[in-house]
Amino acid sequence: MSAPTTTTNTTPGAAPVTQTILAQTRAELTMALRRGESLLVTIVIPTGLLIVFMGLPIVPGGSGAKIAFLLPGILAAAIMSTSLVSLGIATAYDRYYGSLKRLGSTPLPRWGLIAAKIVTVLAIEAAQTLLLLLIAIIFFGWRPAGSPLLALLVMLLGTAAFAGLGMLMAGNLRAEATLAGANGLFLLFVIIGGIVLPLDHWPGIIQLPAQVLPAAALSDALRSALSPAGINGGSLLLLLAWAVVLLVTAALTFKWE
Amino acid sequence: MNTAQARAQGTSANAGDAAIVVERLVKLYGDKAAVRDLSFTVARGEIFALLGPNGAGKTTTVEILEGYRTADSGSARVLGLDPRRDGARLKPRIGVMLQQDGIYNYLTTRELLELFARFYREPEDPTRLLQVVGLSDAAATRCRQLSGGQKRRLSLALALVGRPELIFLDEPTTGMDPQARRATWEMLRELRERGSTLLLTTHFMDEAERLADRIAIIDHGELLALDTPAGLTREQSTTTTEVRFTAHGAVDVAALGSLPGARMVRSDAPGSYVVETGDAAALLVELTTALHAAGITLSELRVGRTSLEDVFLQLTGKEMRE
Repeated sequence: MSAPTTTTNTTPGAAPVTQTILAQTRAELTMALRRGESLLVTIVIPTGLLIVFMGLPIVPGGSGAKIAFLLPGILAAAIMSTSLVSLGIATAYDRYYGSLKRLGSTPLPRWGLIAAKIVTVLAIEAAQTLLLLLIAIIFFGWRPAGSPLLALLVMLLGTAAFAGLGMLMAGNLRAEATLAGANGLFLLFVIIGGIVLPLDHWPGIIQLPAQVLPAAALSDALRSALSPAGINGGSLLLLLAWAVVLLVTAALTFKWE
Repeated sequence: MNTAQARAQGTSANAGDAAIVVERLVKLYGDKAAVRDLSFTVARGEIFALLGPNGAGKTTTVEILEGYRTADSGSARVLGLDPRRDGARLKPRIGVMLQQDGIYNYLTTRELLELFARFYREPEDPTRLLQVVGLSDAAATRCRQLSGGQKRRLSLALALVGRPELIFLDEPTTGMDPQARRATWEMLRELRERGSTLLLTTHFMDEAERLADRIAIIDHGELLALDTPAGLTREQSTTTTEVRFTAHGAVDVAALGSLPGARMVRSDAPGSYVVETGDAAALLVELTTALHAAGITLSELRVGRTSLEDVFLQLTGKEMRE
């Protein structure tokens, strides 16, 4: 490689890769905090669902049984709101406006961009979880039971599965379709995913297909992990399968422009 | 002078110190060829323009060089590297301005520029760069609120923040107001003076003519002509001068063609005529005498060399579309 004929320019080069990823992570977090409609779905809706359904006589049992049922469901909804709705829609618009393409010619590697998005999703979920736990403990007397460590594992698996679904939509559909689809699926999952309503409240024709969807797998695995009876292995395996299938499909089909 | 002479020739620069070498490049979309057998070389330190109508294959060519697309055959070397295989080594050394700005709506102008600055080891100072592109007043504005022209200027700043050796600009001034266009041209000339190489696509004649050291005219993915702006128009104008006039009344085109000084006469539009001549002074006497005798009022008269626009029209057979 011959040197440039003029030497007034310093030799340009890429910044250390950790620096590029940290910068991108900071930008992703900043943007996530500025998207009002995204905060509505990640913070306001799960909190509201928890408070409203604690006050409604829909879920059977006393207050203790109620919060033991509702909190894992709402945590599952919080995970879906961040990894499916918020991540999916934001990424769809990044793609629509050409931001993903533009980043493709900078020194930030593709996996670095993905890492930044993962850190952002996990940070938002940590804040959601903390908020929901505090409300459950302070106002509804929730006490931890079962295995918190297994619950954490289930939440990470759920994040992987729903982030896979969000990215699958963002990388293949038009931005408007992802916007509508992610919100629609979220609503559907809250209703028939065992989030605020036990699945056995539904007739068999809804219950059977609903059981194999990733939402029910996540809410059931999380609820059982946090119960004295211990984790439901079937739900855990089903969630793992969804996570693998959705992430692999998203990775194989994702279109950057 | 040497560089100017070297630039005047189509593929003068030898591959050793060339910034870009494109050889027999082909890109197919289905059975349609977007780029056909395209070859050109861009020397270091020059501003090279790809000029062509929409759909000519300009963007496809540039995106192959930027590493976004793979060519179906032929080869492209950028700063001595393969843009696809050596992308990680190439990206820190190039600056890219795409047709779509690709900026984040939820960040401010300054935040976005600072983000991109963090991607490079020795970036340009964002504050200074905002000043250079005239966005200092919009530094704290969310990108969503920027005008189309402001977004374009921010996009240019993002392309420059890594102090690139080679800058790709796809339709850089589209959407800018005339003042911003002129300022941008000035900035791009300064970058060349500092040793950067620029490859730009444009469908603006004046942009190519005033800015580029060399122009490649392409259409249907094929190279139609490659020369300096002067060289492209010289071929026509060394022996021929065009006399254009507008007149009211019945002009007898055949009679004009029989004037001793006229080589060819054509009418571009009703009332608008072009006479080609080898001796403009003699023709003007004959022409004005003939028109005066016929009682025709001359409302506009222009003597000039062939313009780049004429060359373009002759080569592509079409007007530039906006």
